[in-house]
Formats: sequence, structure tokens, C-alpha cells
Amino acid sequence: MTLMKKFLGAAAAVALTAGTAVADPAVIFDLGGKFDKSFNEAGYNGAQRWADETGGKYLEIELQSEAQREQALRRFAEAGANPIVTMGFAMASPVEQVAADYPETKFVNIDGFIPEIPENVQMISFQEHEGSYLVGMMAAMASKSGTVGFIGGMDIPLIRHFGCGYAQGVKAVNPDATIIANMTGTTPAAWNDPVKGSELTKAQIAQGADVVYAAAGGTGVGVLQTAADENILSIGVDSNQNHLHSGKVLTSMLKRVDVAVYEALKAGDSLETGTGMVLGLDQDGVGYSLDEHNESLVTAEMKSAVDAARAAIIAGDLEVASYYATDSCPALDF
Amino acid sequence: MDFLTVLQVLDSTVRLAIPLLLACLAGLYSERAGIFDIGLEGKMLAAAFFAGAIAAVSGNVWVGLLAGIGASLALSVVHGVASITFRGNQLISGVAINMLAAGVTVLIAQDWFKQGGRTPSLTEDGRFQPLEWPMAIGPKDAEETGQRLSELITEASIPQQIYSELLSGHSIIVYLAILAVPLSAWVLYGTRFGLRLRAVGENPASVDTAGISVVRLRYTAVLICGVLCGIAGAYLATALQAGFIKDMTAGRGFIALAALIFAKWRPWSALWACLLFGLLQAIAVRFQSIEVGDFVIPVQLMEALPYILTVVILAGFVGRAVPPRAGGEPYVKER
Repeated sequence: MTLMKKFLGAAAAVALTAGTAVADPAVIFDLGGKFDKSFNEAGYNGAQRWADETGGKYLEIELQSEAQREQALRRFAEAGANPIVTMGFAMASPVEQVAADYPETKFVNIDGFIPEIPENVQMISFQEHEGSYLVGMMAAMASKSGTVGFIGGMDIPLIRHFGCGYAQGVKAVNPDATIIANMTGTTPAAWNDPVKGSELTKAQIAQGADVVYAAAGGTGVGVLQTAADENILSIGVDSNQNHLHSGKVLTSMLKRVDVAVYEALKAGDSLETGTGMVLGLDQDGVGYSLDEHNESLVTAEMKSAVDAARAAIIAGDLEVASYYATDSCPALDF
Repeated sequence: MDFLTVLQVLDSTVRLAIPLLLACLAGLYSERAGIFDIGLEGKMLAAAFFAGAIAAVSGNVWVGLLAGIGASLALSVVHGVASITFRGNQLISGVAINMLAAGVTVLIAQDWFKQGGRTPSLTEDGRFQPLEWPMAIGPKDAEETGQRLSELITEASIPQQIYSELLSGHSIIVYLAILAVPLSAWVLYGTRFGLRLRAVGENPASVDTAGISVVRLRYTAVLICGVLCGIAGAYLATALQAGFIKDMTAGRGFIALAALIFAKWRPWSALWACLLFGLLQAIAVRFQSIEVGDFVIPVQLMEALPYILTVVILAGFVGRAVPPRAGGEPYVKER
């Protein structure tokens, strides 16, 4: 027993000194897990790119439950990690609470919203509706039936924000198009229920949809699979998912979470905090993917129309309504 | 709402109800023998992973199915040893199995495949393909005529629609699962083994007095439970999906338990209960909100209904659900 205590004591001492000796950055992944082929994985890729390029190390944790959010933040802050990058909207309020206790530590949150951003926090958000608008246009052009689908994960404003931009893009190309929108569920389990994603896809196909856009984390894997099985097109989200079913995925709505994480880690101590950063089409924060897996699906006409819309949005000539602005969508009823 | 829509919803009902039904029957055997099993979820999850993983490696879905059943059986043995041999608390053992499965599947998957706790996508032979019945309209006809499958079915006659959309085109596990219902009813109510199994859940002392081993009967029940959970998990990963994704059971094991209570621990009722729960899910999937006159039923209500119904049944409003009398209690032989 005493031997055990000595070991544990020694281990704890090593852990403590290791924590304070270097100011490694830290990344906190959300419940979806860092290999969700989507949002968190994009963050992981960014962090990994930074690590490969600089040879640096970063601390990381994949949250397993809601209760760990604040705990993980405090542990990293106590261990001297700086900056601490947190993934996901749900980390926003824990960051707000914890940030005040560690004024020397810089915090970054991706996707969240805090009305008054503390001095040592940087909030990064994306103009998902703009990227979704572009893939919505492509969906409408690729659709033969005039009916397209949207499958969201958990029913939260962020996902409605995706769906809303998408619907506007569809309507811009084909004002008569029908958009079928479904949410997988209302609990975090909705991010990891591919079986239900498949059923939703089948139901949408039965209603005539021939392109479906999945903004649903792991559930989207089931959506893309069923779309490929039933021989219709699908649209991936966050990371480039074109390769999952080559030739069956029309495109992916890219959200460059990897770039955001990479930049944050690269900036390190000199990270600008106390502000919110919004990444849109202009900063290449969002966009659509084009690679060898979908080049046969994207026609020249599609590409030129989408690129024109992109330029117009950047120039401010075209405004895509945001779901957040009014808590409702002009093109779609949820 | 036209007839075809109804058929499509029923078709979806069947797909959604089958994993519930298999897990529900699994729980039925176990609980009828006096062993409560809230580890159905964990066993399904472990089976889903091993079925997906081994099918991906071997390229043969049947090998995958066996691996899934094997994994589920292993956890069943753990549950049996903990709750029968060592007379531990059955609920705690079940919870432990759920946690173990949730963690271990992702861990092994990451170690084997390095794809972030999932298995590679399964191709042709690695999945249970839908069985096309003779004369049914299937994907082959769609390919030959160049039309969409949905169009072909829309044009078909009503009996052909029922035949092609609802009856044909499911994987073999679906038909096996439905056959398992009369089989279970016969085993439980028509055989000597079934009589003893039910008796051991009601009054193990009397079974023991008759010179029959309580321990052996309970182990048999727990192992049957493992086999059925294994098939349920394999169905999720290799028939409905093309691979394992973490936590992909998404609470189905618990809904199956609710269905078991709803069915008052009877096989035929279990079928109807699972179909009802599947139907509620299918309706929620197909219609986001249903308008009845001026009143809109939100989709969340449809999703919560299985649980609400179970509580109503448990509270004794619609008949009483009486669990097996010796359920949850380890059997201690008097000395």
C-alpha cells in the first residue's frame, strides 16, 4: 500500500511539473468525438497540422459527458495550457464562466455565442448559411425531381442556420422547388444515430427527394450511405466527405474549422482576444468542395453559377438571411 | 395521404421494429428466467461492432454475424457469472455491461482501423442484402427499365405494391426475427423447457425441489438472450448500415426493455409492442408535425410516446404489468 502511494505520489508530481514546465496549447473536443468525420475531426486536423509543422505538442481531451466541460477547462487552465481551444457551441458558457478565474490564460471557442466576450476569450463563428446557400444552389441544379432534402442532427439553432441557408440557395435556383427538412432528434444522441439517418433519407426519397444535405455529424454517415445505396446524390458537411462514396456525393459544405484551430494554435500567446471573429466566404472560412471524387457530378454551369453567387455574397450584392437574426427562416418552415 | 405513403411508413416500421423485437425477445427469455437485463443495449452495441469489424476484415457477412453473436454471448456470460454464480446485483451488472461496451468498442475500433472508432464501410458481400422475392419489383427492374424504383412501384397495382414495398426487399434477418416470435411462444408455452424456464422466474425454490438445476436453466436463458442480442446488433451494423459507428444503438436496448414491459413479458405481445413503437418512430421520421384539425402534434411527442405508454402501463391504468415474481433476486439454495 505504501509503495502504491509512493508511486502515485511520484506520478502526480511528474504530472504537475510536466504541466507547469511548458505552456502547451490545449484542444477540447466536443461530445461527437474527434473522429466524427465532420466538425471535430476538422478541428483535430487543424491541430495536427500545427503539431506537424511546428513540432509542438498539444493537450487534448474528448469530452464524454456534459459534466466534464467545466472540469476539463479548469484542469487545462490549472496545468498552464495556453491557449485553450474549445470546440462546439456548448462550450461557450463554460468558457465564459471559467475565463474570469484565469485571466492569464487565453480561451478560444468555435461555434459558440457569448453576448459580452471576456477580455481573454476569442469567439470564432462561421457564416454557415453562406456556404449552405452555395451547396443549396448546386442541389437544386442537380435535382431532376425538383425536390431536395435536408437532414439535421440535433434540433438546435445552429443546425437550423445551416438548413435555412441551404433552403435559400435551393429557392434561388428553383423557386418552385420543394425542400423536405427533418431533424434527427432533440438530444445529443441525434449526432450518432446513423440508423435513424438512413430512415429519414429513405422517407425523403419516398417523398421524391433526389439530393439530400446532411448536417448531422455521425448520423450523416448513415444518410450518405443510404443515398449512395438508393442511387441519389448527397451533400456532406464540415469536412470534405466526397471520398466517402466517390461519385455519389455531390459536394461537401466545407467549414474550415481546421484553419481556425490552426491559426489559433499558431498565434499562441499573441492571440488576439476579447473579440469575436466571423469567418465567411470572404475569408474562405466556408465553401464547397471540389475534388476528383465529384468532378464528374459538378457541371461547368453549376460551377459558374455558384462562383458568381459566391462573388456576389462577398461583394455584398447578395444577402443570405441568417436564421439567428429573426429566429425564423424566409425559405423554410422547420 | 395516399395508400403508398401508408405502405412506405409500414415498411419503415418493419425496419425500425426488428432490432427492438430481437432485443425484446432476448430480454424476454432472460427476465422470464428471473434475470433482469438492462445490458441489452451494451450487448447489441458490442455485437454491432464485432459484426461490422469482422465482416469488414473477412468480407463475409455471415462470419460477421457469428462474431457479433460471439461478442454478445461473451458479455452474457459476464452477466451470468456476476448475477447467477456470484449472486450480484443484476442491475449493476447490466449497467456495467452498457458502460463497458460503449467504451471498449470505440477503443478496439480505433486500435484496429484507425478511423476514429468506426469500422470501414462494408461492401457487397460484407452486408446483408435485401432479399428480392420472386415477381417483386426491385432495384434490378429499375435498372432494366431505367426508371426510378419509386416510380415503378407507384405505377404498380395495389397487391403488387404491398408485395414489393412491404413484404419483399428486407434482409433475411427481418424474416428470421419475425419467425422467432411464434418459435419463442412455442418454446415458452409449449415445451417442458419453457415451463421450467417460466417457473424458475416465478419460484426457483420449487424448481429446485423438483430436482432441476436453477443455475443451469438461468444460464441457458441468459445465453439465448445473448444470441438474440447478437443478431440484433449485427442487423444494425451489417443490414441497416454498412459498418459500425460509435454508440450506434442510440438507446434501442432501453426502448426494447420498455417494449418488454409494455408486452407484459409475452412473445406475441412483444411483437405488437415493438411494431407499435416502430410505427411511432416511423411516423415521426416521415412527418415532422401532424395536424389534427387546428392542433399540431409536434414530432417530439411522437418520439416520447413509447416511454409515455410504458409509464402508463406500469402505473396500472391499462391492465397491470406484473414482472416475473423472482425477477432480480439471486437464488440462494437453503442449507
